[in-house]
Amino acid sequence: MSAIAALAATLRRHLPGRQVITDRQELRTYECDGLTQYRVTPALVVFPHDAAECALIVKACAEAGIPFVARGSGTGLSGGALPHAEGVLIVTTHMRAIRAVSVADERAVVEPGVINLDITKAVRSDGYYYAPDPSSQQICSIGGNVAENSGGAHCLKYGFTTNHVTGLEIVAPDGELVRLGGYALDPPGYDLIGAFVGSEGTLGIATEVTVRLTRLPQAVRTLLAAFQHTDEAGAATSAIIAAGIIPAAIEIMDALAIEAAEAAVQCGYPEGAGAVLIVELDGHQADVGEQFTQVVGLIEQCGSFEIRLASDDAERALFWKGRKSAFAAVGRISPDYIVQDGVIPRTALPIVLRRINDLATQSGTRVANVFHAGDGNLHPLVLFDASEPGAAERAEEVSGAILDLCIEHGGSITGEHGVGVDKAKYMPRMFSDDDLETMQMLRCAFDPASIANPGKVFPTPRLCGEVPGHRRGVHPAVAAGLAEAF
Amino acid sequence: MADLVTPETENEAASLLAQTGSAAVAFKGAGTKADWGRPPNRLDLIVRTTKLTGVIDHAAGDMVAVVRAGTPLAQLQQVLAANGQQLAIDSPAAEATVGGVVAANVSGPRRLAYGTIRDLLIGVTIVRADGVIARAGGRVVKNVAGYDLGKLFTGSFGTLGLITECVFRLHPLPGTSITVTAPVDDPAQVLTAIRHAQLTPSAVEIDMPSGVPATLAILLEGGAAAARAEVAARLLGPDAVQAVPPWWNSYPWTAGGIGMKVCVPLSAVPALSTVGVHLRGSAGTGVLYASVPPERVAQVRDAARKAGGHSTVITSPQLIDEDPVPGINIMRRIKNQFDPSGRLAPGTFVAGI
Ligand SMILES: Cc1cc2nc3c(=O)[nH]c(=O)nc-3n(C[C@H](O)[C@H](O)[C@H](O)COP(=O)(O)OP(=O)(O)OC[C@H]3O[C@@H](n4cnc5c(N)ncnc54)[C@H](O)[C@@H]3O)c2cc1C
Repeated sequence: MSAIAALAATLRRHLPGRQVITDRQELRTYECDGLTQYRVTPALVVFPHDAAECALIVKACAEAGIPFVARGSGTGLSGGALPHAEGVLIVTTHMRAIRAVSVADERAVVEPGVINLDITKAVRSDGYYYAPDPSSQQICSIGGNVAENSGGAHCLKYGFTTNHVTGLEIVAPDGELVRLGGYALDPPGYDLIGAFVGSEGTLGIATEVTVRLTRLPQAVRTLLAAFQHTDEAGAATSAIIAAGIIPAAIEIMDALAIEAAEAAVQCGYPEGAGAVLIVELDGHQADVGEQFTQVVGLIEQCGSFEIRLASDDAERALFWKGRKSAFAAVGRISPDYIVQDGVIPRTALPIVLRRINDLATQSGTRVANVFHAGDGNLHPLVLFDASEPGAAERAEEVSGAILDLCIEHGGSITGEHGVGVDKAKYMPRMFSDDDLETMQMLRCAFDPASIANPGKVFPTPRLCGEVPGHRRGVHPAVAAGLAEAF
Repeated sequence: MADLVTPETENEAASLLAQTGSAAVAFKGAGTKADWGRPPNRLDLIVRTTKLTGVIDHAAGDMVAVVRAGTPLAQLQQVLAANGQQLAIDSPAAEATVGGVVAANVSGPRRLAYGTIRDLLIGVTIVRADGVIARAGGRVVKNVAGYDLGKLFTGSFGTLGLITECVFRLHPLPGTSITVTAPVDDPAQVLTAIRHAQLTPSAVEIDMPSGVPATLAILLEGGAAAARAEVAARLLGPDAVQAVPPWWNSYPWTAGGIGMKVCVPLSAVPALSTVGVHLRGSAGTGVLYASVPPERVAQVRDAARKAGGHSTVITSPQLIDEDPVPGINIMRRIKNQFDPSGRLAPGTFVAGI
């Protein structure tokens, strides 16, 4: 019996029928996440119902030396939940209970499979919400958000997932169930929660998450401004920030992105706009009123030819509709596209956008730009037609060159989608060997056997000698040329 | 007696650590927290950061600053203020260095609005126990490439490596700051009212000396501060005044006494007054500090634990046993990875790490 078959048999003894899947056809349902160009059929898929079952599964994997990959809703855009061909995929979709809500303590305790937006739905009537708002919030899971340290349009003011998680229960890669933090802040010792959030499933599985609930603002004001050119929209963004205003969100779309959004959802943005800027302010009524007047003035000075103010929630939703549907909308104007995710310092926006444009022109591809302008997080959408010979390769090249531009300008290769399997190869462009080795020391502390989501984040796995400096002989994986010893 | 060295560059600090083998080393900034934590088991060398100073870059347009770890926080703030910006952290000790603030995870009243130093640190450079220089994070606020070692090093008290350079996200200096202060008979009721009023305060502080009514102080910054302060004053009652209380941003203990940090769920803050020790801190986030006579330590502990929180001894003239630390096995393995010979501030951290 193969190791996997033996593991399946062991797990079946503890987990009833439908929780352990071995049928080839069914396994294929899970072969990819939101980044569909990478596909691997997992050897086994399991659906734990609670933390104890999760721990049991991980422990069995650890004992058998079999890798495991966690999967939430599978909306990840970097191949983070890409299965391992000889490994187990642990899917959290049966762990969807909101365990506790305490408005008095401003916390909610949820299972990892809970959908992001469901937390807000559960607490809105009490005047609270869960602030991190990835565009995928209607479907993505909190466990996935924790793993990716997901952000959203409103993270400019309110921070990312890492700023909103106060407690975690995790199954460490050796099967140990560990509770960290809780309702109270600043747990003693090293900040393991800070280390775990954003670790892309490589340090274990989150089985329970305690999140901060945020008081709904008294007032929200949203405006949409049209410009001839993205440069002016970028200048308006800088002017707003320079005035000491931190809006809840500042988003920009360029002409091509607008065209796509119009085709998909008829959002009715101003005709002839080369760029639209969406600015949302929230907070205390009086404060927001003052700032809004100031923002409108700055936008006019930067050359906007039309400013629309949302008079109610319906109009605000319409402004956001075009923006939030932008990724999918691009499908309307191009058969295929790559969603890129890079970050630059905000002040480099004009120059980087121009250079992206040059790249596109030179290679004969089209690039639509949608971005979280406030924090310099770009989402260039590189359009192509896969049926055209060489088009996919060209698009891939442009997309990679955009990341180089981000690094060159002091930015990052990912602002929210994560490194996953897709960008591991770019990590050495941003970090030195020493940097990557040091990060992997953390990995070795959690997962010395390297069974938690192996092959993600790091281009070269590091072997974890139990006692560094005391290794005897050559590790078999080194001998086989599979890994590099440090 | 341990030797004292004050390297002038990051490279010098790196060679120093590489060349001193397994000598026991402690790192020191301005020395404002010299009496924090436990004394080291052994100590051969003290490495001071006071010459690793200077603001390397203040990118005002990007609201980011790159600063060497030995730079006094006050000096950094001065440089940033010239462009109307700040690192939004409060340090009770004015002379503290930036690296010391990160290593000791210092926070103060405004953590309610801005978070703590972990939330503001977006990039870090460290020198490992073996002398290797490594970076994590970057120069942009939004960045999920690689592990967030900045958070791991925040509050690590020099037990994992030497922090040499920090990159911070900045905030604008608020045009107006108003603090409204009043003694209150029923803090629970007032705190709830304040929260429901949606005033977006930057700090909600409480001072609870044992046996007398608590005092609340609420900081409102920025736009419409005056209008919001008026509402706050109404909620605080007829004794409310616009004034910063003398105890603002300070610990309640005196040198040589026992100081504890007490972290509890928000709703449990008011009831801490029944413990019978002097508590002070952020009622808005549930992070308080206590001046504790030796015979009350156990009581403070119990109260924190029963409330669903935890407590730690920050400073004490004598050794005090601690509560078990969740995740300690992983923490020990992290320490072993970063400092296999156990030479960095040995025995000073939780559970004798
Ligand atoms: C249309 C669209 C829009 C998007 N917009 C945004 C956006 O605005 N901002 C943003 O940040 N992202 C965005 N994303 C990306 C994605 O939605 C997020 O990364 C999300 O957090 C993934 O959640 P998931 O449940 O789908 O995770 P999955 O894709 O299932 O998994 C993602 C990673 O998390 C790990 N993981 C999952 N569950 C756990 C767990 N319990 N414990 C440990 N590790 C776990 C996986 O192993 C994998 O590495 C978008 C995606 C799409 C398709």
